[in-house]
Amino acid sequence: MTTPQKLRLVMVGNGMAGVRTLEELLKLSPDLYDITVFGSEPHPNYNRILLSPVLAGEQTLDEIILNPLDWYRDNGITLHTGWTVTQVDRVRRIVHAENGAGEKRTAPYDRLLLATGSNPFILPVPGVELDGVLAYRDIADTQAMIDAATQYRKAVVIGGGLLGLEAANGLMKRGMDVTVVHVAPWLMERQLDKTAGQLLQKSLQERGMKFLIGAQTQALVGGPQGRVQGIRFKDGSEVAADLVVMAVGIRPNTALAESMRLHCQRGIVVSDTMQSVTDPRIYAVGECASHRGIAYGLVAPLFEQGKVLANHLAQFGIGRYSGSLTSTKLKVTGIDLFSAGDFMGSDDGETEEIVLSDPHEGVYKKLVIRNDQLVGACLYGDTVDGSWYFKLLREGRSVADIRDKLMFGESNIGDVGHEGHSKAASMPDDAEVCGCNGVTKGSICKAIQDKGLFTLDEVRKHTKASASCGSCTGLVEQILMFTAGGDYSATPKKKAICGCTDHSHQDVREAIRLGKLLSLTEVMQALEWRTPNGCATCRPALNYYLISTWPKEAQDDPQSRYINERSHANIQKDGTYSVIPRMWGGETTADELRRIADAVDKYKIPTVKVTGGQRIDLLGVKKEDLVNVWKDIGMPSGHAYAKALRTVKTCVGSEWCRFGTQDSTQMGKDLERALWRMYAPHKVKLAVSGCPRNCAEAGIKDVGVIGVDSGWEIYIAGNGGIKTEVAQFFVKLKTAQEVLQYSGAFLQLYREEAWYLERTCHYVSRVGMDTVKKRILDDAEGRRALWERLQFSLDGEPDPWFNFEEAKVDTRQFTPVTPGASHA
Amino acid sequence: MPNWIPICRVDDIPVLGARRVARAQGAEVAVFRTSNDKVFAVLDRCPHKGGPLSQGIVFGESVACPLHNWTIDLGSGCAKAPDEGCTQRFAVQVANGQVALDADELATLATDAPA
Repeated sequence: MTTPQKLRLVMVGNGMAGVRTLEELLKLSPDLYDITVFGSEPHPNYNRILLSPVLAGEQTLDEIILNPLDWYRDNGITLHTGWTVTQVDRVRRIVHAENGAGEKRTAPYDRLLLATGSNPFILPVPGVELDGVLAYRDIADTQAMIDAATQYRKAVVIGGGLLGLEAANGLMKRGMDVTVVHVAPWLMERQLDKTAGQLLQKSLQERGMKFLIGAQTQALVGGPQGRVQGIRFKDGSEVAADLVVMAVGIRPNTALAESMRLHCQRGIVVSDTMQSVTDPRIYAVGECASHRGIAYGLVAPLFEQGKVLANHLAQFGIGRYSGSLTSTKLKVTGIDLFSAGDFMGSDDGETEEIVLSDPHEGVYKKLVIRNDQLVGACLYGDTVDGSWYFKLLREGRSVADIRDKLMFGESNIGDVGHEGHSKAASMPDDAEVCGCNGVTKGSICKAIQDKGLFTLDEVRKHTKASASCGSCTGLVEQILMFTAGGDYSATPKKKAICGCTDHSHQDVREAIRLGKLLSLTEVMQALEWRTPNGCATCRPALNYYLISTWPKEAQDDPQSRYINERSHANIQKDGTYSVIPRMWGGETTADELRRIADAVDKYKIPTVKVTGGQRIDLLGVKKEDLVNVWKDIGMPSGHAYAKALRTVKTCVGSEWCRFGTQDSTQMGKDLERALWRMYAPHKVKLAVSGCPRNCAEAGIKDVGVIGVDSGWEIYIAGNGGIKTEVAQFFVKLKTAQEVLQYSGAFLQLYREEAWYLERTCHYVSRVGMDTVKKRILDDAEGRRALWERLQFSLDGEPDPWFNFEEAKVDTRQFTPVTPGASHA
Repeated sequence: MPNWIPICRVDDIPVLGARRVARAQGAEVAVFRTSNDKVFAVLDRCPHKGGPLSQGIVFGESVACPLHNWTIDLGSGCAKAPDEGCTQRFAVQVANGQVALDADELATLATDAPA
């Protein structure tokens, strides 16, 4: 008996993008291919981004190896290091390779993967062949620079971009006298504007680096031994040099592909599945590939490409690469830089700039706005808000309503959990970065180094840092930037809900509405979900979208709700539950308190606590007791466990308070009775104060109502949680009836349009306050329709603590089964 | 030879859900039912912080712990990478819609886990 022959996959190139593709492929289909890899360099796959720290003496070559030789062997990959592929016969599907000794080797393929990366661009000037003239691309270049630094003194780096400055910095740290020659008017002109470029230059000069800005190299001058001894410029001047490093850019390495007559145009042209457009058996990935006209040079998009490609090689046939938006976050010798988009702006009067410049603190920020949208950002010295600006840029939403706050960033006000740090570099290793999961800076750095992490998602998965509330995302990105080196930041243009689909939250909401989809099965079929029954991320979202879009028609699926909404109580760390009965507007009676007290005694409930929402929390209730506790207390569900209306907090108001101008308690009770049982994308909290002293703290609620002598002021989209967000003034109204209608309409808009787990503050910040005002304030008919739809949704909704059947509460969950009991 | 003891009917377990099985000693055992009626049993304790896995969302042949969302593979009882750790598995027999566990395993495995 013969085993069926495996398909043969040959990869040309042994670098980061290609090997990552193989890793993804092995995860999906470990046995599909016989894999052969050719690499010109005599090393296994290493982290090219970390060559700079190696040059600077901060890391060793061994430390930057990503896949040791054992990895290739354990995965059955045939690896030919030191072999360069010289020719590919596409008709007979054979790869020809040659090593340094001139020996030849061939390998047949069924699928060919080109991952040839890029080559440094060498200036076409006389003298580039001299000894002591290097590019800066691989381990050999790096080693040659390290060796030169031990014997020679004067180095010149041609090119003041990222790579050139990193090389210059490394050589300086190794004791050389370094001059950077840069033809453009300022450093890193592709990533920085003039001001930021000059700030960078000044700071590097203070560390001892020298610069010749605007100098055009004419020739490299050789000495008697054939080694370089200087550079001559077009103006006739010269500088001495015993080492010249060319870092003037890179070009996709397409020489082999062109010899194979594959279509190349600034890279090997590939489709959205990374297949070459010329030959369906041939794929390309990484810096050598040109996708929709772009050859990417950053790690994150290349890894995205690798994931898509692996999926196709594994014959799953799902997933397309649709391009990445990239930003640059650079770490050059202790200086924070960030830039993204069109940070230069234009002279046509179409763009406006907001600039903050504080030379003393070394901080410079420029934001470029076109048609009320953020189109570019350039940050120097303080980059913690880079990811936020990048998000705004990507989403392209109007920033008209936040213009005045834009410059001060998202983390300016209200973030908690990391002691107010905004510069990760200055934090000690034992400082806590992620307050939710207790992750220190040191443990994040260690995980990045030990596990070879490159992206924010990977850091989140491995360390849990910024994986809960996300308020420390900016800090984690900074740590990633200077630990993993270089730039990693890039995001798909559209974010999928989860790994089960490529569709975004918005796609799914629209599909459910337009296609009138009424069950999870229908949604997953219509949108071609990859998994048979989704996952713990997408199912609760889909279930909410169904019931909020098609109330009374769509099927609610309790098994797709989080445990709290399935058991109608809050699970605690020890597996017991908490029970919070509803107290309308925070008012209770002696009778209710007596019943609560009796239940506490009867069921031996260990803790009784007054909540921030003016209710009473019974903690440590056993699951078996929940139904009886609800029954004995006899009060409605407080929905304190649900993504739903929680409380309406009130102050005493005009009934008792000598300052009160309005009956806030009554208003609160009316609101709560109108809105309770309202499921929402996330929890919803309201408050009503009877006068501007605002004792009910309405300024940090989803809807805050403040009584004034002439009526009611409505504030929306506040938040008292992770990020303290002050609610924004929305409208002033005269009557209590109007308060109900406007509040209800806003909440219905949120219910219909927000993405699952978005609080009102996130929703309003995504769509913009102007949009919300247009829909609720300017459109009276639309407002009434929203309010009516909300009332229709809530009409006849059951109380899950008492109407088990209508609320689809599976009561079997409250009783454990006993082995051996009769089950006839 | 396993000493099978009847637990419940397959239909007593919600589809994509779980039931808890009480034991004389030790933490409960969770029995899960997938969308195609496969039944799995593991100790009702997440290897992370002891969360009751029976209360999690079931998908495919995995469950997401209700406390911190670790994903546990029901077949192996182990956490999905990069998380690490395994919870005790229990053998399951399904015959004619009747779910049975091994009484010896129930009496001896992971009995030191707090109930």
